[in-house]
Amino acid sequence: MLRQRLAAIRLGFWSATSIVMIAVLAAIAYLRFTRGLGAVTNLSNSFPWGLWIGFDILCGVGLAAGGFAVTATVHILHLREFKPIMRPTVLTAFLGYIMVVCGLIFDLGKPWNIWHPIIMWNPHSVMFEVGWCVMLYTTVLSLEFAPVLLERFKLDWLLKLLKPVTPVLVIVGVLLSTLHQSSLGSLFLILPEKMHPLWYTPMLPVLFFASALAAGIGMTVVESWFSRRAFGKPIETDLLSRLSRVSVLLLALYLALRLRDLVARDALATVFPLSPVTVMFLAEIVLGAVVPMVLLAIPRFRRSPRRLAVAQGMVVLGFIFHRLNVSVTAVEAATGRTYLPSMMEFLVSAGLVAIGIWVFVLACRYLPIFPEGALAEEERVTRAAGKAVARPAPLAGSAAFDRTRIPG
Amino acid sequence: MAHRGILVDVTKCIGCGSCVEACQKANEQPAHEARGLDAHSYTYLMDRGNDTYVRRLCMHCENPSCASVCPVGALKKTAAGPVTYDPDKCMGCRYCMMACPFGVPTYEWHSAAPRVRKCQMCVHRGAAGPACAEACPAGATVTGDRDALIAEARRRVASDPKTYFQRVYGITEAGGTDVLYIGPREPAALGLPAVKTVGPLPELTWNALRHIPDVVLFGGVFLGGLFWLTKRKEDVARAERAELADKGDHHA
Repeated sequence: MLRQRLAAIRLGFWSATSIVMIAVLAAIAYLRFTRGLGAVTNLSNSFPWGLWIGFDILCGVGLAAGGFAVTATVHILHLREFKPIMRPTVLTAFLGYIMVVCGLIFDLGKPWNIWHPIIMWNPHSVMFEVGWCVMLYTTVLSLEFAPVLLERFKLDWLLKLLKPVTPVLVIVGVLLSTLHQSSLGSLFLILPEKMHPLWYTPMLPVLFFASALAAGIGMTVVESWFSRRAFGKPIETDLLSRLSRVSVLLLALYLALRLRDLVARDALATVFPLSPVTVMFLAEIVLGAVVPMVLLAIPRFRRSPRRLAVAQGMVVLGFIFHRLNVSVTAVEAATGRTYLPSMMEFLVSAGLVAIGIWVFVLACRYLPIFPEGALAEEERVTRAAGKAVARPAPLAGSAAFDRTRIPG
Repeated sequence: MAHRGILVDVTKCIGCGSCVEACQKANEQPAHEARGLDAHSYTYLMDRGNDTYVRRLCMHCENPSCASVCPVGALKKTAAGPVTYDPDKCMGCRYCMMACPFGVPTYEWHSAAPRVRKCQMCVHRGAAGPACAEACPAGATVTGDRDALIAEARRRVASDPKTYFQRVYGITEAGGTDVLYIGPREPAALGLPAVKTVGPLPELTWNALRHIPDVVLFGGVFLGGLFWLTKRKEDVARAERAELADKGDHHA
């Protein structure tokens, strides 16, 4: 019962935050669409891409990478035991992409022309590829998420129609994600003159793909821990631990690629003398990749879901750090220009994240996201049972939840 | 004219600002003192001291980064030379501004329907050519066929090594540009962007983009294969389990 109440409080907190945020976003949107980008952002002719590209777009897409990784694990590798975490992960990815589209609507100068790449082709442009990937993969994600809604509204005939094409959808999704993640890195390939050598490299597309995979899995672990704790669900520590072992491998691969590339380009020496810029680089590599990789490699460490979430949280933050370093720090360092996002830019980015979490919490309550079904449904059943036996039945989840904690 | 170019001879410039004035007039902008490239100023004069004035304007690259990165083809390199812009196609991603190594395109930051702004070499004036070249009283900005201008620039530089720094800016920068500079000092000292890349920048992008068909093709085969193999494994395991259960039933 306590847990249920906690869950209700959390929902209340996110609802309140989101309603405030929606009002704030509406006000900023009004300013932005009547007086232009200059009225709400610190963007300028010398710094045309800022926080909305660096965080909302680059990180929104990257953190959704768990979606294709986990669906591929279940549907392509047939590792069915990962199924319980698939739907929340697909939901996270779907919300991530919706955040990207919302961010684009704020950031594009003329968002009403957003459909132009459909008919006006320039295959030599990375942005053209990015545009198509956003459109196609958002479609794939909505189809991958559709079964949740179809189950909820009992549209079985549509479900039957969707089932046989699922493997095809998943394969197309993995291909599109591979292209999309890497193309976000390719966006910066044309800027050798404008980026610090610690971040500019012809390897950017490969690095973006590898780091997005690591961050996507990190996000899956963090999100599983967060949502299951919030709703008093059993945490699949074993699954999260197995995923984290994959993370160790991915982080090692990423670090190897990164260091090999830095050495090959003679760029590693630019770390010294230490400056704010190179400290950003060291923080990104050490705190965002090396430390979590070592921690996650220790079997004892992986036994606690809380520690898993903390280490994977470091991976996610390190990933966000990398994307912002590529899009802001590296450009500042090489061009001598400065950019600090305005308060309104921060509010839009933070607001989109808050609303995303709110929608996630709502979806968990009213849709069959968890294997046990919609939470609201479950509560109703529990309450009815409680009345019948005149004594609240213990929530099945809480006992299992406690078992997963290893003392010490 | 085969391929139009513009030659700026910094040694001849007297800093009168006629080019700036003519540019604003030709592009129907209110007359004002231009202090940099912005949404209302497609050209301006940099005062580099010692009576040296250097104009900035769009370089009209042979292989323009801006046109190559534009997802909708709003920016285009025309056969006649100028790099043009179509605001109706533009969706405002500002990738052109990021990509330009010369820092040329600017944006209407305070407009509700913003456009990218930059010199288009007066394409709207047709055969009359760029207004700035027409207005220059000192012959510091001249227009003509690019190859002829390069020959002329090389001739001037070679014939007067005391006056000219021995280099024509724009022949190799970012794969070559249609706007060329010669002057009394090295380009960097004149305030011109030090673009180190000699080849066309769009090639850097194409090196990655050209792998897309292979990623889709081999990635698709690989994933399809994985699906097929692990599915088979799962089917076999299920059949074996069923068989075992069957046997168990008989013995019981």
